[in-house]
Amino acid sequence: MNYIWYFLIVISIIFGAVNGTIDQVARAIFLGCELTVKIVLTLIGIMTFWLGIMKIAEKSGIVEFLSKLLKPIAKVIFPEIPKDSPIIGDVAMNFTANALGLANAATPIGIKAMEGMQEINKDKESASNSMCTLLAMNTAGFQLIPATVIAILAANGCENPTQIIVPTLIVTGTAFISAILIAKLFSKIFPPQQNSEAKYDN
Amino acid sequence: MTIKTIIDIVSLWTLPTIILIILTTAIIRKIPIYETFIEGAKDGVKVSINIIPYLAAIIVAISMLRASGAIDSLANLLSPILNKLSMPADILPLAIVRSLSGSAALGVFSDIISTHDINSYVSKLAAIMLGSSETTFYVLTVYFGAVGIKKYRYALLTGLSADFIGIAMAIIVTRFFFG
Repeated sequence: MNYIWYFLIVISIIFGAVNGTIDQVARAIFLGCELTVKIVLTLIGIMTFWLGIMKIAEKSGIVEFLSKLLKPIAKVIFPEIPKDSPIIGDVAMNFTANALGLANAATPIGIKAMEGMQEINKDKESASNSMCTLLAMNTAGFQLIPATVIAILAANGCENPTQIIVPTLIVTGTAFISAILIAKLFSKIFPPQQNSEAKYDN
Repeated sequence: MTIKTIIDIVSLWTLPTIILIILTTAIIRKIPIYETFIEGAKDGVKVSINIIPYLAAIIVAISMLRASGAIDSLANLLSPILNKLSMPADILPLAIVRSLSGSAALGVFSDIISTHDINSYVSKLAAIMLGSSETTFYVLTVYFGAVGIKKYRYALLTGLSADFIGIAMAIIVTRFFFG
């Protein structure tokens, strides 16, 4: 991030100098700051409300309930994990919390699942297949309600900001399923862990 | 009714329905919903305040970049390819930054919608692209770091492939619904 940031600013100044737009570049600094405040002001409202609602979801046991429903699917996706292991539950919980946008709850549970996977991992320095699959699920960013995006749209005068919910869901759902499939595919293509006894057929 | 109108209606109902389900379940289970709401809402204030430095950093940088004309030059340079992909040049920074930093992506998104019509194709595409993104690099660092994994094997490649599919899907879906 350090280099990207530096690069963005330096390029702007050089371009500004060459194009003769340096006055606008200078003005953009203040306009950018102004925009930041505007965005944050609109965010405070919705973030406050949404995290309030989500706290209720957390306490009411909805997360636990949904993750119970998802356990059988998690077992299929993670064949390396013993069927009755608590890791499966953690994985399902991690997914559910992510889907509800509870990032603060999802990460600790996800790390707990990682710790469980590390215990049964044969090479402690190298990621097991289950770990890669779990991370594929997490990096795909499946989320039911993109609350922040909706908030900013609404604040900028969008009449129907929730219009993006289903389209976004289609995109993120596809990316999520692809991520798992790609992880499965790569686990066949990539060399297995060195200390792993897993079969490797190419 | 076309698919588009059905999906519009579903989109419209999702949020109220989820709130209703959450509140009703909580009341039945005798959760003190008001106090719980306040407790969670306080976190919301903190999160919003904590994000200010990140947003200021990226929004200012992107505003400068656009004011300098650099984005336009890049757009002209890449326009043959971008046009074929139906990808407006202003989206480019968002497509890159969304895998790197969540707050940076938020900053780029804010910049995009403040300089384009909110109902335009660009704004919708940016919204959908941001709403479906997760910061791949951050997730990998946190999860692998927590358990001391040093060799990521194919995890990064998987994450980035999924990001790429996400970007492509965002364009296809936005064109279908709002194109």
